[in-house]
Amino acid sequence: MNSLILQVATRYLSSLLLVFSIYMLLRGHNEPGGGFIGGLVGATGFILYAVACGTSGARQALRVSPQNIAAIGLGISLLSGLFSMFFADAPFTGQWLFIGAEGDDKGLPISTILFFDIGVYLVVLGAILTLVFAMEEEI
Amino acid sequence: MAASKPGASASNGVIGWVPVAIAASLFAYFLQFLGPVSQGEVIRLVWNWVPSLDIALSFTVDGLSLTFALLISGIGTAVMLYSNSYLAGHPQYDRFALYLTSFMLAMLGLVLADNLIALFVFWELTTITSYLLIGFNNEEAKSRRSALQALLLTGAGALVLLAGIILLGVAAGTFEISEILAQGDAIREHPWYVGIVILVLVGAFTKSAQVPFHFWLPNAMAAPTPVSAFLHSATMVKGGVYLMARLHPGLSGTELWLWTLTVFGAVTAVFASILAFRQTDLKQALAYTTLMALGTLTMLLGSAEGYAITAFVTFLVVHSLYKAALFLVVGCIDHGTGTRDANVLGGLGKAMPVTAFAAALAALSMAGIPPFMGFIAKELAYKGAEETLTNVTFVAGMSLAANALMVAVAGIVALRPFWSKAEGEMPHTPHEAPWPMLAGPVVLAVLGLLFGLMPGYAQTYLVNPTVQGFLGSMEAAKELKLWAGVNLALYLSIATFVIGGLLYAFHRTLRPALIRVNMASPKFDKGWDNILDGLKAVAAWQTRLLQSGVLRQYMFVIFATLLVGVGGTLWAKGAFHWPLVFEGELAPKHWTVIGLLMVGTLVTVTTRSRILAIAALGVVGIAVAIIFIIYGAPDVAITQLLVETLVVVLVAVAMLRLPLLDQKGKSDHRPLDAVLAVGVGGVVTMTILLMLEQPIDLRLSAYFNETAWPDAFGRNIVNVILVDFRALDTFGEIAVVLIAGLSAYALLRTTQPVRHRRGMRNKDTNVQEDTP
Amino acid sequence: METLLALAIGVLVAAAVYLMLARNVLRFIFGLILISNAANLTIFVSGRLTQGLPPLIADGAYAPVVGSANALPQALVLTAIVIGFGLFAFALVLVFRAYTTLGTLNSDKMRVAEPREDAAK
Repeated sequence: MNSLILQVATRYLSSLLLVFSIYMLLRGHNEPGGGFIGGLVGATGFILYAVACGTSGARQALRVSPQNIAAIGLGISLLSGLFSMFFADAPFTGQWLFIGAEGDDKGLPISTILFFDIGVYLVVLGAILTLVFAMEEEI
Repeated sequence: MAASKPGASASNGVIGWVPVAIAASLFAYFLQFLGPVSQGEVIRLVWNWVPSLDIALSFTVDGLSLTFALLISGIGTAVMLYSNSYLAGHPQYDRFALYLTSFMLAMLGLVLADNLIALFVFWELTTITSYLLIGFNNEEAKSRRSALQALLLTGAGALVLLAGIILLGVAAGTFEISEILAQGDAIREHPWYVGIVILVLVGAFTKSAQVPFHFWLPNAMAAPTPVSAFLHSATMVKGGVYLMARLHPGLSGTELWLWTLTVFGAVTAVFASILAFRQTDLKQALAYTTLMALGTLTMLLGSAEGYAITAFVTFLVVHSLYKAALFLVVGCIDHGTGTRDANVLGGLGKAMPVTAFAAALAALSMAGIPPFMGFIAKELAYKGAEETLTNVTFVAGMSLAANALMVAVAGIVALRPFWSKAEGEMPHTPHEAPWPMLAGPVVLAVLGLLFGLMPGYAQTYLVNPTVQGFLGSMEAAKELKLWAGVNLALYLSIATFVIGGLLYAFHRTLRPALIRVNMASPKFDKGWDNILDGLKAVAAWQTRLLQSGVLRQYMFVIFATLLVGVGGTLWAKGAFHWPLVFEGELAPKHWTVIGLLMVGTLVTVTTRSRILAIAALGVVGIAVAIIFIIYGAPDVAITQLLVETLVVVLVAVAMLRLPLLDQKGKSDHRPLDAVLAVGVGGVVTMTILLMLEQPIDLRLSAYFNETAWPDAFGRNIVNVILVDFRALDTFGEIAVVLIAGLSAYALLRTTQPVRHRRGMRNKDTNVQEDTP
Repeated sequence: METLLALAIGVLVAAAVYLMLARNVLRFIFGLILISNAANLTIFVSGRLTQGLPPLIADGAYAPVVGSANALPQALVLTAIVIGFGLFAFALVLVFRAYTTLGTLNSDKMRVAEPREDAAK
């Protein structure tokens, strides 16, 4: 599709969707959202981009091939799940670090759970893009 | 037939010697137990294997298992040494050595295992290695057939045995053999006793080739001769005999046990002896004499009395010694002359003096001539027959017939080829075998003589401890002696020699008559082929019936099964009703969303336009998302909407290349499918309604609600469940997503579509092509 | 509403079954989508329906408000949706590839793996 308006608009729209997807991912532990939703939103952003600017353009914008993104995501999830074994907990037990926690205020929480969710995000994003890009290139 | 290349000077290198070293060191290892075991000690080694199923890897060394272990490792050493020369330079000797060594280890495991399940696993391992060894010459159709026959027959028997073992284990409350045998009386009175005995005996009879499962053993002679010597005479086929002996204290002592073993054993022994007598191929003749020995051993095990058991142990040992020696001798003859035909061979005594010596000693032991150990075993067996609890005339008569035939066969197989005149041209000029091929037969044959001259050693170290395992005390063992005075057994022995001698003298005249009789009698081997053909026909028939290759029929069967299975169960349980309860408020928004769902669904089903179908599917997805929103599931609703978007995108992309739903003028109207569909839908609805009637158990949800924030530091409980409480599940799920993506990618990228379709790459792909 | 939804699920399943029995594999895929939706709704409704109160814990609170929606089926359905999408996408690609290779969408004619008896002879 060679619509200039669509192409220009898509550049903004898809970056917006990407930012939004990361927002959904990060807020997921406390509000509706999370890795699955974030990954789907992110994939939608890139698919939009691919529709407007062609799959090769979208691949360039992605820089890393989607299969690798998905595989890396699965690896991150696995590692964050196995991380707890260093602390003699069962696998996939969450480990938390609260930076600057005071009393009821939990400060800035960093946890293996977050990394696990990031892994989910990457797998969903990568797997869907793998499929859609391949499909579009085939047609 | 033998895979040997006579005269080949190539060697197998180090690989040829490794199995010899393994077997010899195992033999040495087992020798050290002789002292303690002869003192009546029982040595046990236990590892927990599958503790949850009460399966332990436990081993016992007692008289019976030690006797077997020494025979296996000792004869194993001789056979390994022999094979290294017999198959010298064979391109696949490493494979052969691996199979043979694996077999030896499995067989040792079988006789040492003290757990029924472990015993069964080793039992199957011997079956598999036997299959590989019989089929070693895999380029010959006959070898492959024989191997498969042995595998299927003993494998089927093993399954029956497994059933018996499980029954026995459950009845006794343990799978440890030592504990089972300790409660023999309880087992004999158990209501399952008859079933256990029958199942176990079928397993043992197939393995030990008792009539009517005997026919695989002669066919197994397709294996290279050392294999026949080791597996199919000395060790593996005695696995069944070992099992009956092992379980003897627990199962014997009833009429059922006594009569079954006696009759089957006796019939096998006589039947096999007659067939052996008829054979002209030396190896085949020996194979049938092995059957005779197995029958005799089985018959002896029927009894639970001193003479019979002592005879069992003695005959077991002596048979292994002389039979392995004779097979190896036949291998030497084959190697030295290129033929095994009794009608051709003769006068080898001069060319092959050492072989002739070994053959003579082994044959005399087999014929039961004093002062060989075979004589002692035969005397004991006659004594046992005299005291049998079944019919003395039957047992003694059958034993006499079998033994007399053995005398004749021993003469035909092991004496004639060496000492009579040659009657035909042999393929090569006879020459003596190399020393590694002579060491085994000579040592084994000499042992048969030594044990006969000095029965005390066998008595102390092998017979007494074994008999103790059967009968509880060493004193129950009868004395092994050459001269037991003038008694019935001696008369029977003399009769044996006379009849045997006569049979030998006239065997040329008798053989054609026997062959005629045999031609007229039913053929087990042919019957086997018929069974296999029938099995294949049934398989083909049911495949044609069930595997039509039409996807719709498969789906129809699946859904019909669902309908009948679930609906029928509800009907049978009296729950077939519709608890339609409309309670709670139903606002317009509820009706609207359900209406959307219904309209979308109906349009999807009925439309013939692809675009309309996609749109209708989108409506369905959105209606479902709205339901999630109304009922407090924002995360699910967002996911549903996003996925719905992606589905539409994907279907739309695919549509560009796919044709119309229906060919022009054809409608997709299927009344029968519609009936089934409505039925399945109705059953699903009913199931959900019935499920909703049941009280819901909210403990797990309550736990998640209470701990999500205090323990898992998350306010969105759904997300906390996904990434923390059930993170392992989620991990599995994202792995599935990744695999689905990668497989689709692989499917698109790596398979080449048909060339002419490539032409459609241009953009007017909306051209609808009808299917050819 | 549970009863109404149960009836709706029944209709969805019936439609899905009818479509999955069709010759045209594209219809099969439509049926697959419908039956996925039906399955998700079934899981959801079996956790019982609660209007308007999502399972979220308010700031400062330690547990969700009493009467909030059941979180467990929601978590199950959420992953089921994503997995269902994976299944659908794979099936679609399979159909697509089958069409480009075999030149038909009629499953009766897809007989590469299991040729007809007469064709095999």
